[in-house]
Amino acid sequence: MQPLSTSPHAASTPATDPAGPPIVDFQSVTKRFPATGEGAGDFVALSDVDLSIRRGSITGIIGRSGAGKSTLVRLVNGLERPTSGRVVVDGTDVAALDEKGLRAIRRSVGMIFQHFNLLSARTAYGNVALPLEIAGVPAGEIRKRILPLLDLVGLSDRSSLYPAQLSGGQKQRVGIARALATEPKVLLSDEATSALDPETTRQVLALLKQVNADLGLTVLLITHEMQVVREIASHVAVLDKGSIVEEGDTYSVFSRPAHETTRAFLEGVTGVRLPAFVTSRMESEAAAGRSAVVKVVFTGPTATDPVLAHLGRDLGIDVNILAGAVDEISGKPFGTLVVAIDREVLEPARRFIEARGLTCEVMGYVR
Amino acid sequence: MSANLLWLIAAATRDTLFMVAVSALIGVALGGPLGIFLATSRKGELFPAEAANRILGMTVNAVRSTPFIILVVAIIPFTRLVTGTSIGTAAAIVPLTIATIPFVARLVESSIREVDPGLVEAARAMGASPLQIVFKVLIPEAKPSIILAITLTVVSLIGYSAMVGAVGGGGLGDLGIRYGYQRFMPEMMLAVVVVLIALVQVVQSTGDLLSRRADKRGRKN
Ligand SMILES: Nc1ncnc2c1ncn2[C@@H]1O[C@H](COP(=O)(O)OP(=O)(O)OP(=O)(O)O)[C@@H](O)[C@H]1O
Ligand SMILES: [Mg+2]
Repeated sequence: MQPLSTSPHAASTPATDPAGPPIVDFQSVTKRFPATGEGAGDFVALSDVDLSIRRGSITGIIGRSGAGKSTLVRLVNGLERPTSGRVVVDGTDVAALDEKGLRAIRRSVGMIFQHFNLLSARTAYGNVALPLEIAGVPAGEIRKRILPLLDLVGLSDRSSLYPAQLSGGQKQRVGIARALATEPKVLLSDEATSALDPETTRQVLALLKQVNADLGLTVLLITHEMQVVREIASHVAVLDKGSIVEEGDTYSVFSRPAHETTRAFLEGVTGVRLPAFVTSRMESEAAAGRSAVVKVVFTGPTATDPVLAHLGRDLGIDVNILAGAVDEISGKPFGTLVVAIDREVLEPARRFIEARGLTCEVMGYVR
Repeated sequence: MSANLLWLIAAATRDTLFMVAVSALIGVALGGPLGIFLATSRKGELFPAEAANRILGMTVNAVRSTPFIILVVAIIPFTRLVTGTSIGTAAAIVPLTIATIPFVARLVESSIREVDPGLVEAARAMGASPLQIVFKVLIPEAKPSIILAITLTVVSLIGYSAMVGAVGGGGLGDLGIRYGYQRFMPEMMLAVVVVLIALVQVVQSTGDLLSRRADKRGRKN
């Protein structure tokens, strides 16, 4: 792939944030794990990470397996300690706390897991009660708190069932109710929907979204499913080999991905799949008589604007549409079209398209 | 079989039950916590104490690899110190208990180790202290398996208690050897074996039932 124009970087988060100071602030965080094999040096899971999580946001963390996503999130509640740097959660540097101090912080940070991690010996009710028992809340008070929580996650009629008697989606709802029991400010979610089917995933995401909106809870969400980020994340950070390679609001990052990892991830969701008859004949050389295969990405207000029609009418350049998709990211339209344009008129066409705020990328050439 | 013999069997059964009950009780009371400690005290675990873990682990192995009958003889001075005698039912309880503690410890250790580490992680994330994790997560989650471990312990104790009969410990084993073998009364030997089998069956079925009741990992509860 050879981008004709380097697509502009995602707008970085402005220094002054209307939401106030970040709820979680990673400051030059490095995490090394001691070497396992002989002779091998320490493994650097996170290197010099700077990342601010906005209060009230739903921030998605994406990256390949082993990129350090879980490690990053586990730093927030001190399940993992940074080798250097600060992890400031609501004004407190978690890295400087001892175990006892951490326990207090952990009550203001809820966590949900891929495999739910519910106690098999406790009912749904008992599982939600656990964090309250741990926090030393009196029994009478616990009873008053649990019913509204089970109600919130839509499980009031399932309170006496054991996890084994619940479906995956119901188990994750119990997990969410449990995580919310101590009224945390931040909810950490490590692949919480990865074990669920698409429909159940949607329901659980809707619940997270609702909780985020109603309780003003900040959600920090790891996922390998771009679909999840696209659906609920207001912000996104891309991790690659222990470094943040891209971050910002989801729409900017997704519509103008600057890093190769982000692009690779997006391929599966917003990317369009070229038909085989095109890919099999695609060449990288721009020989005479060939047409350029161009990916045009429509974002923002122009996403619905018929730019290509204007191209024909105003410049007399005909384009041949090969593939396309119109999508939505954080509620805003986002379109991708792959078109074939005669090599001779590629330059004027490209200028025309880019002048209208769209991005263009030549993927190859076909006869 | 005469009423007198039946009376002997009843008395021996009572002695056996007494020996088994007392050594099981003390054995579980001491071996249980030891097992929990063994399961949680390696590096990076809840109560990291590498050296103590190593030393206790080796002690447990040492006792467990000593044949029971040798253990009985080897600790006679200790038994005398505790009970004032080296023969009889009370004296038999000492070696039985000593053998039970490491046995229970290893079984409980493995029960606790089988608990999903994700649950410990979840509890840690809630701000649980190590003791809270033991009492609210590890023990309740390992309960079905611990019940089976105790059942196995009691069943083994019934067998071992018959062995202490050989060294004058009283109980069913003693009866079987003295009457069945030395006085050649095969019907007595048979009766002893039948009672032992019945005891083991009752203990095993009760343990299985309790364990199944405590186990909520299946769909139908
Ligand atoms: N306790 C540990 N000891 C040694 N290495 C570790 C430890 N925990 C994590 N790592 C290493 O750190 C790297 C990042 O791990 P992490 O679990 O954060 O990845 P991830 O991005 O969450 O991956 P996945 O998507 O597969 O969950 C991996 O290479 C992993 O092997
Ligand atoms: Mg992970």
